[in-house]
Amino acid sequence: MTEIEKRQDRSPVPSAFDYAPAPESRDIVALEDRYGLFIGGEWVEPKSGEYQPTISPATEETLAEVAYGGSEDVGLAVESAREAFDNGWSDIAPSERAKYLYRIARILQERSREFAVLESLDGGKPIRESRDVDLPLSAAHFFYYAGWADKLEYAFPNRKPQPLGVAGQIIPWNFPLLMLSWKIAPALAAGNTVVLKPAESTPLSALLFCDVVHQAELPPGVVNIVTGDGRAGAELVQHAGVDKVAFTGSTEVGKEIQRTVAGTDKKLTLELGGKAANIIFDDAPLDQAVEGIINGIYFNQGHVCCAGSRLFVQESVYDEVIAKLKRRMGTLRVGDPLDKNTDVGAINSREQLERIQELVASGAEEGAEIYQPPCRLPEKGWWFPPTVFTNVAQSYRIAQEEIFGPVLSVLTFRTPDEAVEKANNTPYGLSAGVWTEKGSRILSLAQRLRAGVIWANTYNRFDPASPFGGYKESGFGREGGLHGLAPYLEFDE
Amino acid sequence: MAQAPALPGGFELPLEPRLPRIGSIDQVAVEERAAALSRRSIKRESKLFALDLAVRMMDLTTLEGADTPGKVAALCSKAMRPDPSDLTVPPVAAVCIYPNHVPVALERVQGSGVRVASVATAFPSGQSPLEIKVEEAARVAEMGADEIDMVIDRGAFLAGDYARVYDEVRRVKEACGEAHLKVILETGELGTYDNVRRASLLAIAGGADFIKTSTGKIQPAATLPVTLVMLEAIRDVYEETGRKIGMKPAGGIRHAKQAVQYLVLLHETLGVEWMTPDLFRFGASSLLNDCLLQIRKEKTGRYQSPDYFTID
Amino acid sequence: MTRLPVKKTYKLYVGGAFPRSESGRTYEVDGANVALASRKDLRDAVRAARGASSTWAGMTAYNRGQVLYRVAEMMEGRKAEFAELTGDEAEVDEAVDRWVWYAGWADKLAQVLGSSNPVAGPYFNFTVPEPTGVVGIVAPEEPPLLGLVSRLAPAVVGGNVAVVIASEHRPLAAVTLAEVLATSDVPGGVVNLLTGRKRELASVLAGHMDVNALDLAGAEDEDGELERLAADNVKRIVRNGDGQSPWHAAAFLELKTVWHPIGV
Repeated sequence: MTEIEKRQDRSPVPSAFDYAPAPESRDIVALEDRYGLFIGGEWVEPKSGEYQPTISPATEETLAEVAYGGSEDVGLAVESAREAFDNGWSDIAPSERAKYLYRIARILQERSREFAVLESLDGGKPIRESRDVDLPLSAAHFFYYAGWADKLEYAFPNRKPQPLGVAGQIIPWNFPLLMLSWKIAPALAAGNTVVLKPAESTPLSALLFCDVVHQAELPPGVVNIVTGDGRAGAELVQHAGVDKVAFTGSTEVGKEIQRTVAGTDKKLTLELGGKAANIIFDDAPLDQAVEGIINGIYFNQGHVCCAGSRLFVQESVYDEVIAKLKRRMGTLRVGDPLDKNTDVGAINSREQLERIQELVASGAEEGAEIYQPPCRLPEKGWWFPPTVFTNVAQSYRIAQEEIFGPVLSVLTFRTPDEAVEKANNTPYGLSAGVWTEKGSRILSLAQRLRAGVIWANTYNRFDPASPFGGYKESGFGREGGLHGLAPYLEFDE
Repeated sequence: MAQAPALPGGFELPLEPRLPRIGSIDQVAVEERAAALSRRSIKRESKLFALDLAVRMMDLTTLEGADTPGKVAALCSKAMRPDPSDLTVPPVAAVCIYPNHVPVALERVQGSGVRVASVATAFPSGQSPLEIKVEEAARVAEMGADEIDMVIDRGAFLAGDYARVYDEVRRVKEACGEAHLKVILETGELGTYDNVRRASLLAIAGGADFIKTSTGKIQPAATLPVTLVMLEAIRDVYEETGRKIGMKPAGGIRHAKQAVQYLVLLHETLGVEWMTPDLFRFGASSLLNDCLLQIRKEKTGRYQSPDYFTID
Repeated sequence: MTRLPVKKTYKLYVGGAFPRSESGRTYEVDGANVALASRKDLRDAVRAARGASSTWAGMTAYNRGQVLYRVAEMMEGRKAEFAELTGDEAEVDEAVDRWVWYAGWADKLAQVLGSSNPVAGPYFNFTVPEPTGVVGIVAPEEPPLLGLVSRLAPAVVGGNVAVVIASEHRPLAAVTLAEVLATSDVPGGVVNLLTGRKRELASVLAGHMDVNALDLAGAEDEDGELERLAADNVKRIVRNGDGQSPWHAAAFLELKTVWHPIGV
């Protein structure tokens, strides 16, 4: 054996690999100081005279002042929508209607970066999500429904589909532009006109959307935007000139709306809260399942109605899953939503943060064990670290109530039957997740879980072609797919 | 078909239950995770750090039928001093060559800290009798190579003869003596991520110090998802046994940007402890110059031309 | 003094490129020389189509819809040129609108043509439409643009690739459409367009063993010779009527049904 110099392997190990800040530039967005209401294709001042600031949840800075519409404003918007419906929109050739929607889709694609930055500024979600998820899906929704506008007779053969008239639509703050697209695209494709009320804390992307409406040369009054708070929403729901109400938001408000339209001819669809079960079997591909758990509850800071907030782990793999989960939580980057490397952004509002804190406190009180990876949170703004509770009993508030934040509750099960029983044991029924390698088990669980959307070996997947909506108190009606057209149409048969 | 040997009571468990959970890999999810990590934005200081590390982690490679002493000597010079006009650029980790060139390489790199890695075991196919493959490894170790890159017998693996694959690794490891053993899985031939995980665990069980993706002789060679699967296997072994195994993606990594993506993957899967040439290498050749270009661009702020960097 | 225009050469469109006929032949139409395709050109076209079929079929339906919409954008941009070639502006408008109509079907065909089937047993059973593969199209002589669009769009929207024999006497609009396709992110080989003697080319197309379906709209096949040739590899013979319909697209689609047990 020849002499070799023994070079000892002891290369220095770095203490850290810090990613330098990678901010997306804000320059692409041009904010007005003050926004009016968008009615009849024009910007108008609110008759209510009321303006309120809209705030960036990451920095607490005021971004702009936004009009808060009152009952007269809502009335004007509904009239404008009615006027547009009666005098043109319902008469123009469906293929022409389609072209307007295609234009909107294209413009959203072209201005995608601008909208993504605005969305992250106003709402707090990471730019990576608004850029890679919200914007592409929003454009895709318009693209998809544009194609249905002149094909309704194939979607509903022999039923002679007709538009309903004026749709009053109220959307939440968790996916502002995407929820706007989910509402406006099918409504317009079906031949209706709309009055849309964006969420109080996230009006800006809807207001920028009015620019898209202008660029697309959409006839005035087809889309009207009335910003404001719950009062404007209530006015819209009860207005006699509205034929159809579509609401996405909390179950509590949804029930209120359902009470309000009771006894009227108004059509209603509701997309409400959830407390989804995410079920991991012992034969699941574990590292990918953990990715799915993470995506299920920490995507968009957990501000997702279909979030996988109850994790059911089969006892035989419990230790391994929890260890992997905690390790993976440690690599989540919480911080500036405009930083391209941020995984978890800001909590949307002070109110929401307080709600989360209250429920998390209750979890500790009731006896659950809390884990939060070390996180350096910014000084200003509203933040909450990714959190997981173990030793959770079904009866704890954190296992029953929708937290709508980055908080996961972990429970265990032994058999598939037990998993199904516990998963269904809730007044909610929006979504569920199943992780297993076995195809027949996926199908069996899918058959028995009482939820409108079942994700198998994946989570939080959305597509304009895929119908989305809940069972039980998670609401009724579907958005997306061929089925998403039905709520916006009336039929002869 | 393998028989389970009978014991005085019961029977010996076959290989599978004795390894860490083999489990399975979901293709769509693993590819998505790798893609998401590749979109991390690494800028300025963190980019320079990553590029410098990438150079230090490189196994500068030439594995051609046409290799001559002259070619290998030139490679070694490049390895020791990649950028003569910027001496802050470190030498690479190792040169990777065919067995016949080990003496030339050893002489050239002596005293520089650059290691000599040689392939062995009927590289790249591995389709030779076991005795010959083991003998080749032993001779290469005898010649003084610091590291030996072997190939697993993919024929045996795909035919389901896992015990044989394991045995071969074990015997080659013995023959290596002091030299470190890298085991090439040739992931492009294995067909599924499940198989990549299985092969990773077999190789580590057999004594691998490093597991390596590819010979570089077929497509596909290294990819981010395959690397992720192998890193996760290494992580599970570490959790199970406390031993740290190294990983080397090889083949198809030509651009500095890709190298940075691999380092991000490594960082977010195994953590900062693995970010050392002792535990991670790049098997590459043209990657080196692209890293040099990017380093100079980061330092000067100007986009560079290949004309200013020697080929060897 | 008037300016001398730069005249266009009208070539074949095969594999995303514009080659001349390998035979070197041309024929004259409206003062222009148009490539006269040979059987070897057709052979190359089918090969290019087959090569592109897994790419095109492998794209998401949404993606295909986007690409096809882009084609319409490019067509719209060339309206004046098309109007001059066809002599009918209304025909061009209709052709663009029909193309947009079909583009919108890409991500909807599966919902209208497919199904989940309630079989009498613990099985999940579903049916999905899939592209048949390489479609041979003999385009009608008239109208020169709309006629071609009406045959081509339903074929490709479902993920098929096409080899088209253009109108023999009025091919210029077809070649211009090929130029539109080439600038619309349509992968090379998805559509291949040949100009020349219809009778000569149609029988080669009908007899080609690597073509899966045949749209004979523009072929006169009174004696059934083309259909007989097609039978040698059981080609699907498509007889779509005029107008537009998802069932025109369905004619080029296979239906696949899958079973899987339901149980723990």
